[in-house]
Amino acid sequence: MALQFEVLARFNRARASRLTLPHSQCETPLFMPVGTQGTIKGLTSTQLEDIGCQIILGNTYHLALRPGADLIDELGGLHSFMNWPRSLLTDSGGFQMVSLLHLADITEEGVTFQSPVDGKPMLLTPEESIAIQNKIGADIIMALDDVVKTTTTGPRVEEAMHRTLRWIKRCINAHKRPTEQNLFGIVQGGLDPQLRDTCVKGMVALDLPGYAIGGLAGGEEKDSFWRVVAQCTAGLPEDKPRYVMGVGFPLDIVVCSALGADMYDCVYPTRTARFGTALVPEGVLKLKHASMAADFRPLDETCSCMVCKRYTRSYLHSLVTKEAMGSQLVSYHNVAYMMKLSRDLHHSILEGRFPEFVQGFLRKQFPQGDVPEWVCNAMEVAGIDISMCCAPLK
Amino acid sequence: MDVINAMQPDIWASLPDEVPSWVTHKRNKQSVERTLNWLDSCISLKKDGMESGLGCIVGGNSVEERGFCAQEVAKRDVSGFCLSGFGLGESAEERGLLLEAIMKNLPDEKARQISGLDLPEEVLQAVSAGIDVFDSTYPHSLTMSGLAMVFPLDMEECLSGRTSENANDVGSDFTKINLRAVAYRNDTSPILESCRCYTCSKHTKAYINHLLNTHEMLAQTLLDIHNTHHYMNFFQAIRNAIQGGYFADFKAWFASRRQAVNEGILVSSAA
Repeated sequence: MALQFEVLARFNRARASRLTLPHSQCETPLFMPVGTQGTIKGLTSTQLEDIGCQIILGNTYHLALRPGADLIDELGGLHSFMNWPRSLLTDSGGFQMVSLLHLADITEEGVTFQSPVDGKPMLLTPEESIAIQNKIGADIIMALDDVVKTTTTGPRVEEAMHRTLRWIKRCINAHKRPTEQNLFGIVQGGLDPQLRDTCVKGMVALDLPGYAIGGLAGGEEKDSFWRVVAQCTAGLPEDKPRYVMGVGFPLDIVVCSALGADMYDCVYPTRTARFGTALVPEGVLKLKHASMAADFRPLDETCSCMVCKRYTRSYLHSLVTKEAMGSQLVSYHNVAYMMKLSRDLHHSILEGRFPEFVQGFLRKQFPQGDVPEWVCNAMEVAGIDISMCCAPLK
Repeated sequence: MDVINAMQPDIWASLPDEVPSWVTHKRNKQSVERTLNWLDSCISLKKDGMESGLGCIVGGNSVEERGFCAQEVAKRDVSGFCLSGFGLGESAEERGLLLEAIMKNLPDEKARQISGLDLPEEVLQAVSAGIDVFDSTYPHSLTMSGLAMVFPLDMEECLSGRTSENANDVGSDFTKINLRAVAYRNDTSPILESCRCYTCSKHTKAYINHLLNTHEMLAQTLLDIHNTHHYMNFFQAIRNAIQGGYFADFKAWFASRRQAVNEGILVSSAA
C-alpha cells in the first residue's frame, strides 16, 4: 500500500478526507481531469497546477500504443515524461472494451484489441495491463476489469462480474510495485444488486488500498445509477477511498459525494469545452449561441480563474470551435470550475455546512424548483433535506 | 477606417493597393496612385484624438516607383511608414535596391515597418537598410509544421566553439529541427539547451514528439511558446549588436552559416 486515507469530517454518509499519495497530498471529494494521451488537451502542466489539480488520469491502452510503455519506462515513467509533479492515475484499458468494442475480442485470457492506429492486434491481459501500468508509474493503478455497457442485460453481466473478481487476483499477483503504486479494484455487476453485492464482498476481502465503482456513467437511468452507487458505498470499507469512474456532471458528483464517494473522473469538462460549453453554477453556458456575441460578462461572475478574470463571453463566443485558444480557455475554466466544486464539497463537509452547500447548489441549478426525482430520492437516502429546493408537488 | 476607428489601435496603417512583383508597369503605377489616394482618405477619416497612422509605400519591383511613392508618403501627416508588397517574389538583390530607393526618401526620425519578411536573413537585410518594426507569422508557420527554431544567437559563444550543433536529421538545418522525426522519440533534452522559454525549461523533445504524433493540441502550444520566444530573442540579439557596434559582423556571421548549409552539408528544407 502506498497511500494514506484519513477521514477528517462527515455528514451522514458524506466524508471530507485527506488522501496522501506518493506524489501529492489531496483533499477529497475530488475530481480528476483526464489526460488520455499524457496531456489534458490544450493545457500545460503549470496551468493544471495553478488550477489546483492534484491527480490526473492517463490511459494505459492509449499510452501503450503511443508512445509505448517501454519508452515511457526508459524515460523515467509518465510523471517524468510529461513533467507532471503531482499524482497520476492510470485506467487499465478496461473502458476501451466498451468504447472500442467493435475492435475488441474478450476471452478469459484477456482482451484482444485491433489497434485503431495501425490495425495490429494487441492482447491486453490482466498481467499485461499491470505490467504496462508498472512501467508508466502512476500513483494509482486500476485493475483490468471485464466491463460491459450499462445497458447490457442478461448473463453477460454476471459473467463479467465473476471474471472481474478472477482478474483482480491476477492483477494483484502481477503487480511488481505495491509500495509505490496503489492497485484499486473495480466493482462491477451492472445494475443488479445481487451481483454488485457479490462483487463488493469479493473485492473487500482482498484488502486493496482503494476501490472503484465501475460500469456506470454509460447511459443508464439516473435512478438506477444512484442506487448502485449507494449500495456500493454502503458495502465498501469506511477507511479506504471510493472512486466512481466516469462521473461526470457536477450534479452527479454532488449526489455521489452525499452518498459517500470520494473520487471522480470524466472527460466531460474538457470535452464539452471544445464544443463551446462552459460550466457555471446555473448549469451550462452554450457559448456558440447568438446571445453570447454581445455578452460582456465573464463566464462566471463567482469564478476567480484566469479566464474569468480576463475574458468575456463575447470574446470566447468568437473563438470557440474556431480557434484552438477557444478550447484552451474554456477547458481552463471548466477544469477550474471542477476543482472549485471539489474544494467546496470538501470544505463544506469539513466545516459542518454540507446540507447548506447542497441546497445552495441545487437552488442555483434548478431555480424553478424542478429538482429531478432521482436527486430527491438519492438525497433522502443520504439524509439531506432538500425540500426547500423543490417546488411543491401539484 | 470604420473598423480601425472602432478598434482603437495604438498603431494603424493605411490601406495599400498591394501588387506582386510581376505585374505590368502600368498596373504598378496605378497601385502607387491609388495607394496615395487611399492614404489621403484614411487620414481624413481618422477619428479625432487617434494617433496618425503609418503611410503605406508600394511600387512593386520598380526602383523609380518605390522612390516616388516614398517621397509622396513622406509629405503626408504620418507617424511612420509601412513598406508594403515585399516577400512577394522579389529576390534578395532586388529587395536591397528597392529598400535603398525607399529609405533615402524617408525622414530619419519616423518609424519604418515592413510586412512579409520572415527569414532571419531577410530580417537582417531589412534591418541593415533601416527598418525598425517587423510583423511575421514565421514562428507560427514553423509550429504548424512541427518545426522548432534552433539557430544560435550568441555569435561569440558560437565562434568560440562552445555550443554544439544540432543538425542530424531529415527536414532540419541549423535554423530549425523537425520534432516529428523518429530520432527525437527518446531524446530527453530540451529543444535548445540555452533557451529559457517555458517549453525548454519544462519539457523534452521526446514529449513534444509524442504530442505531435498523437495530434495533441499541446504540441502547438509548446512549439509556439518556444518559437516566439526564440524569434523575439533574435531581435534582442540584433538590438544588442547595433548598440554594441558590431551589427555588420553579426550579420556576416549569420550569412556565413547559411552559406555553409547551402554548400551542401545538409539538405536545407524550403523555409
